[in-house]
Amino acid sequence: MAICFPIHMSFRIKVGLRFFKFLNEKCPKKIHIRLAAHRVNTSVAVNQRYPKIYTPGEVITSQNEFMRGHGTYEENGDLKSSVAGVREQVNNLISVRPLKSRYNGEVGDVVVGRITEVQQRRWKVDTNSRLDSVLLLSSVNLPGGELRRRSAEDEHMMRQFLQEGDLISAEVQSVFSDGSLSLHTRSLRYGKLGQGVLVKVFPSLIRRSKTHFHNLPVGASIILGNNGFIWICPTINNAEESVGGFIQNLEEVIPRQERETISRIRNCILALAQSKMMLFDTSVLYAYLRNPLSTPYLNCWYQRRWWTSRY
Amino acid sequence: MTLCEAEKTFVLHGVEENFRIDGREREDYRPMELETDIVSHAFGSARLRLANTDVLVAVKIEVDTPFPERPFEGKLEFFVDCSANATPDFEGRGGEDVAIEISNTLSAAYHSPKVFDLRKLCILKGRKCWKIFVDILLLECGGNLFDAVSLAVKAALWNTQVPLIRQIDIDGNNVELKVSELSDCQRLDVKTAPVMVTVCKIGEHCIVDPNVAEEQCSVGSIVVSVSENKFSTVLQTGTGSLHSSTLLDCLKLGYKVAQRLDDALWSTLSKIQPTEDVGFLK
Repeated sequence: MAICFPIHMSFRIKVGLRFFKFLNEKCPKKIHIRLAAHRVNTSVAVNQRYPKIYTPGEVITSQNEFMRGHGTYEENGDLKSSVAGVREQVNNLISVRPLKSRYNGEVGDVVVGRITEVQQRRWKVDTNSRLDSVLLLSSVNLPGGELRRRSAEDEHMMRQFLQEGDLISAEVQSVFSDGSLSLHTRSLRYGKLGQGVLVKVFPSLIRRSKTHFHNLPVGASIILGNNGFIWICPTINNAEESVGGFIQNLEEVIPRQERETISRIRNCILALAQSKMMLFDTSVLYAYLRNPLSTPYLNCWYQRRWWTSRY
Repeated sequence: MTLCEAEKTFVLHGVEENFRIDGREREDYRPMELETDIVSHAFGSARLRLANTDVLVAVKIEVDTPFPERPFEGKLEFFVDCSANATPDFEGRGGEDVAIEISNTLSAAYHSPKVFDLRKLCILKGRKCWKIFVDILLLECGGNLFDAVSLAVKAALWNTQVPLIRQIDIDGNNVELKVSELSDCQRLDVKTAPVMVTVCKIGEHCIVDPNVAEEQCSVGSIVVSVSENKFSTVLQTGTGSLHSSTLLDCLKLGYKVAQRLDDALWSTLSKIQPTEDVGFLK
């Protein structure tokens, strides 16, 4: 299924370079206070066409041959939008895809999450969904052999494996009836994350693809979680990782070169997200390579925190 | 949000390297956005956005009686409101501690007559004075609240229009004032109003303008408020203690950065055109 949201998929970064003009304002010591009137509109349109964005309560159509899908409701015979987003139509079914929403998980999605709680035989994980996801003790690969029974000792050791605040990459195993997710890390790719940076974007900006783990040729790895959490870290050595998913090397000092690459990728992702460009390996790499600066002075780009409290 | 050990290590090493996670150096600020006169029914207002920190300040003015011990002075009062939209921690009474800390620090910073002269707010000795209420609303917290609040307060006070007194009628104990229209007002003098800088100690080094992740990695920080070339308040937050030489370094760094911050604010304020409304919805 093609996701035409909100910019057309034919990705033309050339059009979108307006926002990189900012980066040339390289002035490390001066403090910038911009007036709101001088704000630059960073949204990028392909061929000057923006998709129409519906606001909650706006009439989508008054003809009643259409069926109402997600994000719509009927009132006085009109089909109205219940969220702010772009319209999607499949035959007679009209739905509105919200611009900003929490993550609605699907089985098989790759997610990046943060442990919020350690409970009986399970961890609670914040994955940017409406409800915290669960990671069962039985769905992780324990150190020292994959196929072994979970003993009472393992239950007592749970906090040694993963504790509150730890970041993990995982896959969605199943979706419960209330929409909360059950995760698993039963693969060597998944597990606890080491040193690096977490960036949060809208989940709708992550393009679904075959793999969400990318070793970028510029010298960094990214995990584009379907839930909008993106993990950027120094290039992962696959041989090293097969030890098991619970080892963090806190002694290692990441060299300046890699640090610069990571910061640049972070800022590129935020720049793309601010312009509502879809995120996948090519778009991130293009943005990175188009950045004309050798130094990553990109701190105009910051994370937009768009959710409020839980709803 | 709690960070894991590995993330903290990454931040810590970045600060040591003088290359922070967003590519800034230790003394760099994130870019800010300022708008004044954003609340139409206030005497003065400003909104400052520092990356993810968003602060709205509105100033209102009332006629009041001066304190008996200070008959020649007006009054200045700060009130901080933490919106639960900012972080879920502010729900209920959660933001009270932060609010009180900020408003107390502001009162202390504006206390000295060399910083903000309250005598100019006196209307009639011992009888009438202006009372200025500065209401601060925290809309979002993205780290570095003190700096953002102090800048927004300064900008809002700069924007404030104090009505002129046209006529005073005294009839026994009754005092009647006739004030000018809103179109004919005078501005407050805020040239010496303080600017606060949070100097955060991470590892062995001090940084300014910490974001949320960096605030979590730090053991403590020093908030200095600088008015022109003088310190008006110094506040220590957090649990850690500081060596005297570190404290001195923090103060020096804070002073230096506060000068730059003040210059930046003035140059921005001077660029303001009267008819450039943006508001919240754009």
